[in-house]
Order: sequence, then C-alpha cells, then structure tokens
Amino acid sequence: MAVSNEPRLTVQHLSTSFPTDGGLVHAVADVSFSIEPGKTTALVGESGSGKSVTSLTLMRLLAKTANARVSGIARFGTREGRSVDLLQLDEQAMRALRGNQLAMIFQEPMTCLNPVLTVGEQIAESVRLHKGLNRGAALAHATRMLDLVEIPAANRRVHEYPHQLSGGMRQRVMIAIAMACDPTLLIADEPTTALDVTIQAQILELMRKLQARTGMSILFITHNLGVVAHHADDVVVMYAGRVVESAPVRALFAAPAHPYTQGLLACLPGKARSPGTPRPARLFVIRGQVASPLAPPPGCAFEPRCDQAIAACRATMPELLSTGAGREARCIRAVAALPELA
Amino acid sequence: MNEPLIEVRGLKKFFGSNDRPVRAVDDVSFAIARGETLGLVGESGSGKSTIGRTVLRLVEPTAGQVFYRGGDIGALASEPLRKLRSKLQIIFQDPYASLNPKMRIGAILCEALATHHLHPGKGAREKRVAELLELVGLRAEHASRFPHEFSGGQRQRIGVARALAVEPEFIVADEPLSALDVSIQSQVINLLAELRERLSLTMLFISHDLDVVEYLCDRVVVLYLGKVMEVATTGALFEKALHPYTRALLAASPKADPNQPSVHVALKGDIPSPIAPPSGCVFRTRCPHAIDACAEHVPTLEEVEPGRWAACIRKEIVLMKAAA
Amino acid sequence: MKLPPMLRQLLHRRIVLAAAVVLLVIAVLAIGAPWFASIDPNDTAVLQRLKAPSSEHPMGTDELGRDVYARIVHGARYSLSIAALTALGSVIAGTLLGLVAGFFRPLDAPLMRVVDAMMSLPDFLLAIALVAILGPSLVNVVLALVLVYTPRVARVVRASTLVVRELLFVEAVRALGVRTSRILWRHILPNLLSPILVQVSFIFAYAILAEAGLSFLGVGVPPEMPTWGTMVAGGQQYAHQAFWVVLFPGLAIIFTALSLQMLGDGVRDLLDPKLKKTL
Repeated sequence: MAVSNEPRLTVQHLSTSFPTDGGLVHAVADVSFSIEPGKTTALVGESGSGKSVTSLTLMRLLAKTANARVSGIARFGTREGRSVDLLQLDEQAMRALRGNQLAMIFQEPMTCLNPVLTVGEQIAESVRLHKGLNRGAALAHATRMLDLVEIPAANRRVHEYPHQLSGGMRQRVMIAIAMACDPTLLIADEPTTALDVTIQAQILELMRKLQARTGMSILFITHNLGVVAHHADDVVVMYAGRVVESAPVRALFAAPAHPYTQGLLACLPGKARSPGTPRPARLFVIRGQVASPLAPPPGCAFEPRCDQAIAACRATMPELLSTGAGREARCIRAVAALPELA
Repeated sequence: MNEPLIEVRGLKKFFGSNDRPVRAVDDVSFAIARGETLGLVGESGSGKSTIGRTVLRLVEPTAGQVFYRGGDIGALASEPLRKLRSKLQIIFQDPYASLNPKMRIGAILCEALATHHLHPGKGAREKRVAELLELVGLRAEHASRFPHEFSGGQRQRIGVARALAVEPEFIVADEPLSALDVSIQSQVINLLAELRERLSLTMLFISHDLDVVEYLCDRVVVLYLGKVMEVATTGALFEKALHPYTRALLAASPKADPNQPSVHVALKGDIPSPIAPPSGCVFRTRCPHAIDACAEHVPTLEEVEPGRWAACIRKEIVLMKAAA
Repeated sequence: MKLPPMLRQLLHRRIVLAAAVVLLVIAVLAIGAPWFASIDPNDTAVLQRLKAPSSEHPMGTDELGRDVYARIVHGARYSLSIAALTALGSVIAGTLLGLVAGFFRPLDAPLMRVVDAMMSLPDFLLAIALVAILGPSLVNVVLALVLVYTPRVARVVRASTLVVRELLFVEAVRALGVRTSRILWRHILPNLLSPILVQVSFIFAYAILAEAGLSFLGVGVPPEMPTWGTMVAGGQQYAHQAFWVVLFPGLAIIFTALSLQMLGDGVRDLLDPKLKKTL
C-alpha cells in the first residue's frame, strides 16, 4: 500500500470544555499531535488527563447534552486524497466517515455490542451502510471479517449473540466491526484494559497484524506503559487535559523529559529493580493527586506534585516546546536542560 | 514458631446447581508463615478472589479446611467467629463501593473499634481514629467528612485504616490497586509495605499484576481455573518460571521497556468456563506442550525442585531451562 | 425562606408545589379545626336541614342540619389521622417483614408466601371483610387497612434489602465482625429510606380513599363520626336535591388523595436517581 508523507491525522490546539454547576471544566486544552500513516500513536494518561474526551471529540461523539465547547483543528487525510477538518464537518459528512474510514473500539465490549442482534448482523451493518452491499454479500463479508480477527468457526459464530461469546471474543468482534470498511485510522480507547493478560496479548498481536496488513494508523489510548512500550511508535503523554510530552517510544522510555513522565516510569514496580540489585525498600512516589479541574493550579498543572518545580513554574502555564528530534515537552526545566541533553 | 499462621487444605468452593456447578476453587492447598506475604496470581476464573473470601469465612467453603494458628476456623460457631474477625481482615478492590456512603469516616472507624470493644470511651476512640487516619497518610480532620469527598486513592487508604482499626494479624488484600491510577498505586504499595513492616502483618496479596506481586510478595501461588499450577518464592518464580502457564503469563505481561524483546508466545484460545473445565489438567486446552495423557488425570502439585512446586506431568518441560 | 436543598429540589416542579400547598392548608385546617370552624359539627338543627350554601353556612347543611363546612374541617382530623396511622402502621410492619425476609434467606420463602397470599385478595374486599369481622370502629378500620397495605410495603422493602445486602460496604462491615442486628439497623435500613418514604406517601393517599370507601359502604367508622366517608354515605340519598352534601366531602377526598399522590410522585422522582447515585 502506498504510504504518503502526509500524516493521517494532524490535531492542532484542540480544546474541549464543559459547562458544569461548578464552572467551566477544561477537559482538553491545547492538545496537538499527529499520527503518521501505518503507525501507532499512544495517548497515555491517568484519570482526568482528558485522553478519552480527546478521542470522543475527534470522533464527534460527545453527548449533545454535555454542551461541549470545542475549538481547534483536526485534519484528517481521507482515502480519496482530500484533507478535511473533522471538527468542521457537518453531521452527515461525519457519519459517512465514522465506521468507514475512521473507526473506534472501546473498553467494554459487552456494553458496546447490541445484545439482541447477532454479531454477524452488527458487523454487516456498517458495510451495508457505507458500501451499499445487500444482505447476502454483507453477511459473507461479516464472516470474512470474523476470520480476519481469528475467531475460529466463523461460519457458525456469525449467527451467535454477544452473550454467547467470551470477553476476548467480543473484543475481536468489536475489532471486526471497526475493520469492516477498511478504515485508515482506528481509535482504540483502552481496548484491552478490561481483558485478562493472556487475552490482552492475543488482541494486541491481532491489532499489530491487522495494521501490518492494511497499513492503517492507530490512536491507542491507554494508561498501561507496558503496552505502550511494545505496541506504539510514538507516545503522547497527557496530564490534566494538556499534552505534557510527546516523543518516539524508545526516546521517551530511554530519557523522559517531563517530570510527570519521569515520575510515572519511576513509580512502576516493574522498574523498581534492575537485575542484580536488591529490591528497593520503597517505590518512587509522585506525591499528592491530580488537582480538581474546577480549581487548577495557577501555573503548570503538575507543579504542586513536582520535585523539580521552581518558583517560575507557578507563574504561568509552560508552552509545549521542542526538546529534540520529534520530541516536545511542556516544562520550562526540561527545555532549559536541553544543551546538556545534546 | 514453626506452625504457619494460616493453612488452607483441600479448599473447594462451588457455586450454583449441584449437577453443573461453577467450580470456582477446586482443591487448593497452601500455607502462609507468620510475617510472610503470599501472592495469589491468576486471571478471570482462577478463583483467587473466592479463595480470599473463603479463607476469612466470608463465603462458606464447599469442602476443605482453613486453619488459623492451628485451629480450624470452619468449626467455629458464629459468635466466636465474629470475635476472631478482629484478627483476620480484608482490604477490598473497589474503594468506591466498600465504604457506606451515608456514614462519616470517623463513624466508620469508630464502628470498627466499637465492634471489638477497643479504646472504650468517646475521647479515647476519637483519639484512636485520628491516629489511624494519620497512620495511613490522611489527616485527623478528615474524620468528619463523607466518602464521596475523597478520591479513589484516599478511599483505599480509609479502607486500610478500617482494616487496621481492629488490630489484625492477617490481612487479605483483594486486588487493592486495580481500581487506582498508576501514580496512586505506588503510594498505596508503599503504605502497605510500611504498615506490614511496622505492624508485623501477614498478608495474602491477590492480584493479576505480576509486577506488583514481584515487588511485594515473598512467595507466589499461580492459579488457573480454580487449581494451583505453581508455587515458588518470588525471586525464583520470576527468574525462571517452571509451569507452562506461568511462563505464558509472564511472557504475556508487557514490561515497560521497549528494549526488552516482546515475546510472541500468545496463548491461543480463551479461558475455559469454570462450569465445564477441561478434564485432567485444566490448562491442557491452551498449553503448547499438551499431550494426550494430559487429559486423563489431574496432575498433582509436586515438589519438582527444592522449594518449587508445579502441577504438570511433563517433567521434562517443567525442568527445562526457561524458554526465551 | 431558605429551604434545605433537597426540599427545594422537591418543590421545584409546580405540581408538586401545588400539592404541597394544598396538603399544608388541609393539615392546618385539621389541626386548628376549632378555630376555623366555630360551629359545632355535631350540632343538629333539624329545621335547618339541607339548606343550600349561604353566608351563614358556606357549604350548606346536611340531612340533620349540621354545618357541612364545620364537618369537613373537623372530619379532616379523623380522615387524616386514620390515614396517617395506617401509613405509619403498615410501613413499620411492612419494613420489619421485608427486612427480615430480604436479609435472612431461609425466612424469605415462607414470609413471602404469606405476603403473596394476603396480596391475592383484592384490598378493598379484604378491608371490608376485616372490619365486618372486627366491628366498625376507628381502631378496627386502621387495623384492617394496615393489614391490607403491609404486604405491599414488605414486597418493596424486601426487594431493596436484597440489593443493599449484596453491596460491598455491607460485606465489609460483616468482615469487621459487626453484629447482624447492627448491620440491619445502621447499614441496611438507612439505605432503604428512599423506597420507604415513597411508600408512605402513596399509602397515605390510598388510606384516605379506602377509609372513605369503607365508611361509605357502612363498614368503616361508626356513622356518628364525622369523617369524609361517612358524610358522603349519609348524604348520598339526598344527592339529587342537595348536591352540596356529597360534593364538598367528595372534593375534599379527591383533593387530598390527589395531592398526596402528586407529592409521592415528586418524592419518588427526587429520590430515585439519587438512590442510584449514592448506591
């Protein structure tokens, strides 16, 4: 498949805010990143980081009752070679893209599958809608998709209902539905968090295979750094609604620039010990917890919990600046340390 | 004292109908020495949570016995059992559901103290509540607040304080970190490690997160579909796993280091249902080394190396140097 | 006047506010009956019988010349207290029954079968039968109605108990060694308050109607007692010539029952989503 040089998705200064009883909550603020064709970008963050809201904003799936205020640009390269801003499309144009070129899979497959329709019907639905196939052809395609996601006995399974399948298989069905129209961008929102470790490994391997086969890009949203280390090409780290660091995966793990990323990696029990050294008595800890979105700190959002914070950190929100080849960090200390990193 | 603090023998717990029950725990035995932290590791259907509750008799076992300091707790009547509960405590997985939303924190902790007649007198109890809150890293003034005013990590600390209020010797920690963010997990892990040391606690740590188990536990029991697959000290297990399931489990857990090779030993197939477990070795349907004989008998847990136990008939596979 | 937030939310809907106002008026009238109706409700004046509403008798007089308005205001005391006692009695009995059935598994089936048996009889017929057996009096009417409504409360309380019993914080206190009695009183019961409160308001409304119906049929309170039901009963044969004798007590019954229903709806809507939130 021809791989163009243009990124599949370019997000610039994306912001999503929700009016609440307690005030305006900036769930996502000034988020910028891009995803190359055929690559996987991981969006990493904990609760309150805004990673899920980011994906829902891009897919334009936020509830109308939420009265979200969205600003920014999300440039998506369509299959036909055009470039459209996802945030500016009208609903009809968006619906033509969703499930077609732009697909999404979620964390809880049981609640995302319709319990009264067979899995075949649910896969066939998107094909019939976007490709105009008739029932027979759509069902045949659905069976092929079940094969693609490595569900054994696809001919029989295509007529089964979600409750007859295990958790891992339901997630495969979700992937089949997402892949049915051969998307160029797949947004996966914590797709393996609810699955057992051995099943998670299967699903991740499946996604890797599908990506190699179809050349699609993946936006992988997760909080699991182990998964990121082995399944992402680029990493975007979010904290309190903002991007605090972005880098290629090896560079990020080798030398994280932002204190939050450093802390996150340091506090993993798996990182606690290098072979040959005794087990440390205490794990590294990021003190405190994320501030309430209704009462954000005056300057850098991470400053109250940061061991490297100085007075200037409390003054203003740092800009997201380049810290090397393909790397950015939102931290005045990280940027200031650059000459040493070189 | 050489006698283990907790000993479990032939524990079984079946749920549901008598002819096709859910075999949640199927003949599990292990012992925990005083001051030891034993890790219970497994995926869905392994029975680890059920074992945690059955050890405390929060759930009555279908068969088997649980001994505390040599005494069979299954033989106790309800009132002596109730009194014994101060010695055997539990920390739950869900910090949001484990606290009564209508009670203030101080009342929750006072109730624990009052149940076992500790620190009688209003003033003494309030003082003790303040001490407990500070012990878990919170502040005394938090006692007047309600659970919904706290974050998940803080609620989990309150749960720990409640368990410690009754001065237990043994604590079952049932996936206490699963509902918490990564950066909060390390705080709670440190808290547990510190309290364990300070109060000389014995722990049964149930988790599916192998990294945490490696960090916190002295020995590990690996479970699959209600049966024990392997038992070993932590260091030995993580350096060289013997049982094929343990190997697959370790390989499937991605390490947060892109330079370490990711092993594509993805186990095929799904975890079978505990209602209809495979005959013979329950792992044989997904085991890369299964042979016909594996279906015939349930393999016994044997000491294949000093201090290392595995339930597998294929000794040559088990004792082979760890596959990369 | 600054009301507590929950009350403010409850009264937010206009219909609920209107219902609350009506009930407040009726309650005030009932409590302060002697001040609001100076004429003795039992004062018969045969020469004044069946007089139409006038300035002297704002709601006319009944078949024995008694002032209808005074009888309604004083009758409110009887009707409301019967309904209140019924609501109280059936909620206490029903909660006890439902709590025990829901919490103690071996007692569940036998207790619920008794409840089912009681509910299989139509309430009104059961009430009639009971009063007929026990004899017409205020106490017996309350007793009969309590017996009729207890099963309903028991069912609802049992269902909620089954849910609350399985919640993690209940298991947590069990693990602490807290005694069962305290678990029921301190942990389960407070979380049942929402459905119980809803039941109270509905039973209050049903009891007003039931008492009126029983008295109308002559198997309620003794006819000398001025309840709204006996007023309708006594005046029914004169309805076509003196409509006010049955109209006003009828309206009183309707307004009170309707307002209670609306209030009950409001309470239920208020507590329901909150129930989900706190649980």
